[in-house]
Amino acid sequence: MAIGARLRRLGGVALLLAGCLSAPGLQAGTPQPVIEQARGGQCVAPPAVMRREHMVMLMHQRELTVREGMRGARVDLEACVDCHASRASGSVDARPQDFCASCHRYVGVKLTCFECHSDKPRQAALVPTLAGKGTP
Amino acid sequence: MSAAQTPESAARRRFVGGAAAALAGVAIAPGLILLEARRAAAAAEIASSAVRWGLLIDTTLCGTDCTACVDACQKENGLAAPTRPTDAQWIRKVELTDPYSGRSKSLPMMCQHCAEPPCVDVCPTAASFKRADGIVLVDRHRCIGCRYCMMACPYKARSFVHQNLSGQKPDVPRGKGCVEGCTLCVQRIDRNEQPACVEACRASGRGAMTFGDLNDPKSEIARRIRARTSVQVRADLRLDPGVRYQGL
Repeated sequence: MAIGARLRRLGGVALLLAGCLSAPGLQAGTPQPVIEQARGGQCVAPPAVMRREHMVMLMHQRELTVREGMRGARVDLEACVDCHASRASGSVDARPQDFCASCHRYVGVKLTCFECHSDKPRQAALVPTLAGKGTP
Repeated sequence: MSAAQTPESAARRRFVGGAAAALAGVAIAPGLILLEARRAAAAAEIASSAVRWGLLIDTTLCGTDCTACVDACQKENGLAAPTRPTDAQWIRKVELTDPYSGRSKSLPMMCQHCAEPPCVDVCPTAASFKRADGIVLVDRHRCIGCRYCMMACPYKARSFVHQNLSGQKPDVPRGKGCVEGCTLCVQRIDRNEQPACVEACRASGRGAMTFGDLNDPKSEIARRIRARTSVQVRADLRLDPGVRYQGL
């Protein structure tokens, strides 16, 4: 009797595992972030540096810009948005696959910048005009 | 429109130019970025304490039914026209009537950009601050929405944002949970333009508002203040507002 119960339980576990593995979402793992090619030429730093340091750069610059009135700085959130806004949505945060949203979703870090800041380029016309002219 | 684009494209050139210069420094170590930003800050244009921005409002020229300044402020800063008492308003028209003579005056009231701002004194997080050029601002990165500054302000110049916002102007970030008020259109001042209200007042033909540097004796605002009596509202509080009124 005891052996029969154990076998039944083992069978249940095996079935459960098989079910999990065949589920399409989990088999593929967490979806990788989608990085849409930016426009506007060279970024302020190489991608590896930007990935690791962008929040530090922005955090540092915001003090200088807001409190000391420094404009036209090298690090500039508006400039980030100008280059990285999606051609489809015109935004960096409107859809899950947009530039900022896609990575932040992947790493599970809440993105609060765009609760106050505009997630769209400074010139709304920028999106359609440059749509076909994406540069690496 | 074309005038507004010129400084922007200049900023963009600096941005792109800086990108190339930054590449070398950045590759060595991440910490270098910060050092470089600090050096750049010293070189870049920042608000100067030699300047004190101010406004002069001639109430004899201000129209009772005219809301050009209020409308321009809403348009420039992406504010909706207030429908409820708690909605944000950075500038409002105030009607003053002398009960004895019945003499009535209309004037715009906004943040008075005090030299000794009580909102800055009471702020527990140093979010409320005065910039070197005398503009009193809220640093929304630090604001926790306690609203002490709204209590402290004798001019009722600040508002609290109660609800989520969308569609903010790119150069005027604002959002839920923060206190805000007139910035003297700091984004325009930094582009060497006049505040939106002043420009609209002039465009309406009234020309009741003058903007300029109070510290510069040759500026138009300083000349006008010298020429005719002007008052600061609640001067008894000795906050030394940067906004002055004539003909009250």
